[in-house]
Amino acid sequence: MKFAIALFASPHSPAARRALRFAEATLAGGHEIVRLFFYQDGVHSASANVVAAQDEPDVAAEWSRFVSANRLDGVVCIAAGLRRGVLDEGEAQRYRRPAANLAAGWELSGLGQLHEAAQQADRLVCFGGH
Amino acid sequence: MARSMLVISRQAPWSGPSAREALDIVLAGGAFELPLGLLFLDDGVFQLAAAQQPAQLEQKDLTANLQALPLFGVESLYAARRSLAERGLDEQALPLSVEVLDDIGLSALINRYDHVITI
Repeated sequence: MKFAIALFASPHSPAARRALRFAEATLAGGHEIVRLFFYQDGVHSASANVVAAQDEPDVAAEWSRFVSANRLDGVVCIAAGLRRGVLDEGEAQRYRRPAANLAAGWELSGLGQLHEAAQQADRLVCFGGH
Repeated sequence: MARSMLVISRQAPWSGPSAREALDIVLAGGAFELPLGLLFLDDGVFQLAAAQQPAQLEQKDLTANLQALPLFGVESLYAARRSLAERGLDEQALPLSVEVLDDIGLSALINRYDHVITI
């Protein structure tokens, strides 16, 4: 089955951990992830600057490794990212910010990517909505 | 056939970017002419209150964006009757043309859509 997975909540929320474990289980179960889409506070899980306490899971780093290792299509909403300070090199230069912090494996793009994923997937599974 | 999506907007317009970000999903999908619905539920119905003064909170007014939804091809707009009543909003006096649904209507609505996003 083809899954699109969306995350709306911050990296320290239970929803972010559930989304990650769900995504891992999706691949482990032989299913396909057509796209991961991070929106709202979910964009913070694509930041390379999140620092977790030593005895807590580093969810943002785990996401980055997971997306890169499995060559997944990982998209962070650009408008939600800009609003919350998650920038790639291009946006950092465009808005003259001192640093880019988008973690490896991710790309910034628009909400059209969420809709495209929803069209391609059998299931859109969202984590961390209200 | 294109898969349909219902966006359920549950946050008040003053509570943070959620109302704006729910609306942005709908507007983005409307640009692709996808079958979309927008449901105002719980505190989300406060987005339908008349004569809001968001400038008092240094926020932008979403009302004009909501009224532009039909221009973006999004005409399936719904509000929960119970949510309106609980918050003292008169369903006859809403500034936006929405279909007001009772609890049974809500459940049928959600079942009609392929995808549901709640924000």
